[in-house]
Amino acid sequence: MRFGVVVFPGTSGEADCYHVLKEVMGSEVDYIWHQSIKFEKEYDCIILPGGFSHGDYLRAGSIAHFAPIMEQVKKFAQNGGLVLGIGNGFQILTEAGLLPGAFLRNKDLKFICKEVYVRVENNETPFTNNYEQGQVINIPIAHGEGSYFCDEETLEELRANNQIVLRYSSSTGEIKENYNPNGSIDNIASIINKEGNVLGMMPHPERCAEKILGNDLGKYFFTSIVKWLDGGANHGK
Amino acid sequence: MANNSEKPWVELGLTDYEYNLIKDILGREPNFVELNVFSAMWSEHCSYKSSKNVLKTFPTEGPQVLQGPGENAGVVDIGDGLAIAFKVESHNSPSAVEPYQGAATGVGGIIRDIFTMGARPIALLNSLRFGALNSPKSRWLFEEVVSGIAGYGNSIGVPTVGGEVYFHPSYENNPLVNAMCVGLLKHEDLAKGVASGVGNPVMIVGAKTGRDGIHGASFSSEDLGATEEKRPTVQAGDPFMEKLLMEACLELIKTGNVVGMQDMGAAGLTSSSCEMASRGNSGIEMDVALVPRREEGMTPYEILLSESQERMLVVPQKGMEEEVKKIFNKWGLEAVVIGRVTDDGIWRVKEGDQIVAEIPAKGLTDMCPVYDPEAQRNLVMDKIQNCDLIDLAEPKDYNQVLLDLLGRPTIASKEWVYEQYDYLGGINTVIPPGSSAAVIRIKGTNKGVALTVDCNSRYVYLDPYQGAMIAVSEAARNLVCSGAKPLAITNCLNFGNPEKPEIFWHFKEAVRGMGDACRELNTPVTGGNVSMFNETRGEAVLPTPVVGMVGLVEDISKVCTNSFKNEGDLVILLGENTDELGGSEYLAMFHGLEAGRPPHLDLAKEKALQQLTLELIAKNYAKSAQDISEGGLSVALAECCIKGNIGVDINLEDKIRPSALLFGEGQSRIIISATKENLDRIKELAFEYHVPFSLIGKVGGNQLTINGSEFTVSLPIFDIIDRYKGAIPCTMNN
Repeated sequence: MRFGVVVFPGTSGEADCYHVLKEVMGSEVDYIWHQSIKFEKEYDCIILPGGFSHGDYLRAGSIAHFAPIMEQVKKFAQNGGLVLGIGNGFQILTEAGLLPGAFLRNKDLKFICKEVYVRVENNETPFTNNYEQGQVINIPIAHGEGSYFCDEETLEELRANNQIVLRYSSSTGEIKENYNPNGSIDNIASIINKEGNVLGMMPHPERCAEKILGNDLGKYFFTSIVKWLDGGANHGK
Repeated sequence: MANNSEKPWVELGLTDYEYNLIKDILGREPNFVELNVFSAMWSEHCSYKSSKNVLKTFPTEGPQVLQGPGENAGVVDIGDGLAIAFKVESHNSPSAVEPYQGAATGVGGIIRDIFTMGARPIALLNSLRFGALNSPKSRWLFEEVVSGIAGYGNSIGVPTVGGEVYFHPSYENNPLVNAMCVGLLKHEDLAKGVASGVGNPVMIVGAKTGRDGIHGASFSSEDLGATEEKRPTVQAGDPFMEKLLMEACLELIKTGNVVGMQDMGAAGLTSSSCEMASRGNSGIEMDVALVPRREEGMTPYEILLSESQERMLVVPQKGMEEEVKKIFNKWGLEAVVIGRVTDDGIWRVKEGDQIVAEIPAKGLTDMCPVYDPEAQRNLVMDKIQNCDLIDLAEPKDYNQVLLDLLGRPTIASKEWVYEQYDYLGGINTVIPPGSSAAVIRIKGTNKGVALTVDCNSRYVYLDPYQGAMIAVSEAARNLVCSGAKPLAITNCLNFGNPEKPEIFWHFKEAVRGMGDACRELNTPVTGGNVSMFNETRGEAVLPTPVVGMVGLVEDISKVCTNSFKNEGDLVILLGENTDELGGSEYLAMFHGLEAGRPPHLDLAKEKALQQLTLELIAKNYAKSAQDISEGGLSVALAECCIKGNIGVDINLEDKIRPSALLFGEGQSRIIISATKENLDRIKELAFEYHVPFSLIGKVGGNQLTINGSEFTVSLPIFDIIDRYKGAIPCTMNN
């Protein structure tokens, strides 16, 4: 099983994803430079990691999606390949049109780094099948432009298709505005595309995948992917 | 810079004596460019001419030290062929005028110092000082500085894992922004700032050069009150550019083709090139016309003294120019050969064919005159130190005092600050901000490093020798409470105008105290930074010698935090309660007094306490460990409860007046919690180390209760959490 981690100038989460995939999961993993015009190897899953691609001086992710590699990522996704965008990677996926919606600055206009609670809204995806439906997990966020936004129509569609995968909640799973750290619409922390193979999430699962870091609940996003790819029980739609 | 005066050097901050020395060095009159170059290089900021002789007294050696002072950063060995590069540096005056950019570029500068050594930056810390938070100006500076640090550090992807923030009126117009960076390297990748090997190319890499920051070095060597009009000299940071520069430089170092590398900080191209030549006992000849610029019509003088950010000077092996360019181009950066290393010891600058400056490299560095300013203790210190603190009235409501102390911005939770910093990037943060020290794991090993910055400047003001010893001891104690063995320090010595004898006395005494403590605790000084002239209209800030310390955690699975863990755990005090209120936060808050002597510190006792605590943690006897500092025993206990979200029931039998017992800041005390089974073993070990031991209570419930013969403190955990965590956000969101 081979993962590809895309590196844009200004990406900083690539080594974290690499470490978890290689050392924690024991998978094969390569970095893919943003200017590559094709994948050098066959990949089972592509990850767009966190960071500040191109400095994010414009809207987060808005420059990165023009990179040559994004054409390959789009093709890969269109062919049903698994694509996971984390933090800045999620922002890039929306800019690239692989996921609907857009991002606003956090409601209090400050960068926020802390552990929050999210509730798993859909565990029938390639990325979440190792969680229970409705399970509450604590997981760190770290972003300044993390407030997910979309129009009413899109939101209805996301709901109707069960595309909302994680929502900010209390430790007991209660969904209320005051448990929403960044002001995202409907407390959305993660969505998946209609086809069920491209997922974006603002929380950072790679940052809580090892016991030594105090929390390894994020690891199951990666074990879910591996299980799904191995042909395990739960498949995406 | 047209100058009509007969002594142009005086306006550039040089004395007649210095000007004559320059003439001797050159054997002629300096030209305009040369005079400005001397002015920058011989400024206090670049030359340390007033402090050099005093700094020489620091202990700088030890088997763990791979690189001591004199390079871009210090380096200590952590075994397994790995080493840690670390340094703290001030960016005070830029932050006073342009707090966001000042703080941001402070972070950028210190990160460059670390990757210049061949180390990958893995953590940032900072030590900040502002005026009282009830002042709108202080709130603005605080907000912007934190935001600037976050803006730069988060973007470049280096986690900010720790720090300290103090508030005191003396910093109202002159905030202190000290940034520390810590990097990890393999021994063989250690790079230095030297230019050697005749004919080797001198390359400028990274950002283009503009007119920003010209005269930053001399600006930083002046009183702030007079210089508001120099605003435009503050540089703007570009963390994205620096991220690219960092990745490119680290990639370049891995090729093994680098002779030397140096960041362009104060005095830009001038200081980096002449310092590299001087260290390499070489000369450099370079052509400023080849320097990539982003503004038209820049003069050689402007190019030489520009402080545009995110630039480095690199000396690779001859013939490797194209390799260097290839790496930098991959990262979208320029790398341009601007000169060559020579063997004549001369720093020669041309513009095309024309020579614009020709100065012996060492003339700009080693030959700068060194001074021994007069140091004189101000007699007013007698009155302040001997202030009678014995007959002070006791407070009526100890609960209220404790709550008020927990709400003091200096003591209150800094969550509002550190949640703006990405402290998790790099996935190494084992102990995040909010405990005694931050702990970062070292991937691929079983080890970690613990990091802290510390300084109580009120203590240093009241007694600089004791105060500086306490700064070192507290830093070490914080590391020890996390389970780390202290290795070495870096320091940032923030003082007022050294030409004032009473200021220089404080400086000298603080350095003496810091040196003595470092010798006793085996934590040599590996480098640092001196920031003088922290004054506004003649009023100096409190003397603030900040200590940045690095410690080694041998077994990362055995780190320790300050939070109480389980119901029924026993609470033990190691060390002795004393009747000392001098210099305490309580004294300042409740009695409005900043007087007396700081708590007494006995280095031998301190060392024993630290060794004992390390052993208790290594043997898994201590489930939590907490150093007692500002706010005293009661605040320390409250913090253990807050972090653990659990109560405690304490009984104290000491015959000491309650205010001193609860809020006094007596030194060399640590609170641990442990299971009942280990109690006897802990007691035996404490006896062996001759450390006073007392069983003072039990963890449990949801109240913080402290009983003494004359008092009772009893507060619901919910209330203390509310006050402790709410204090800063409440003030800032107002």
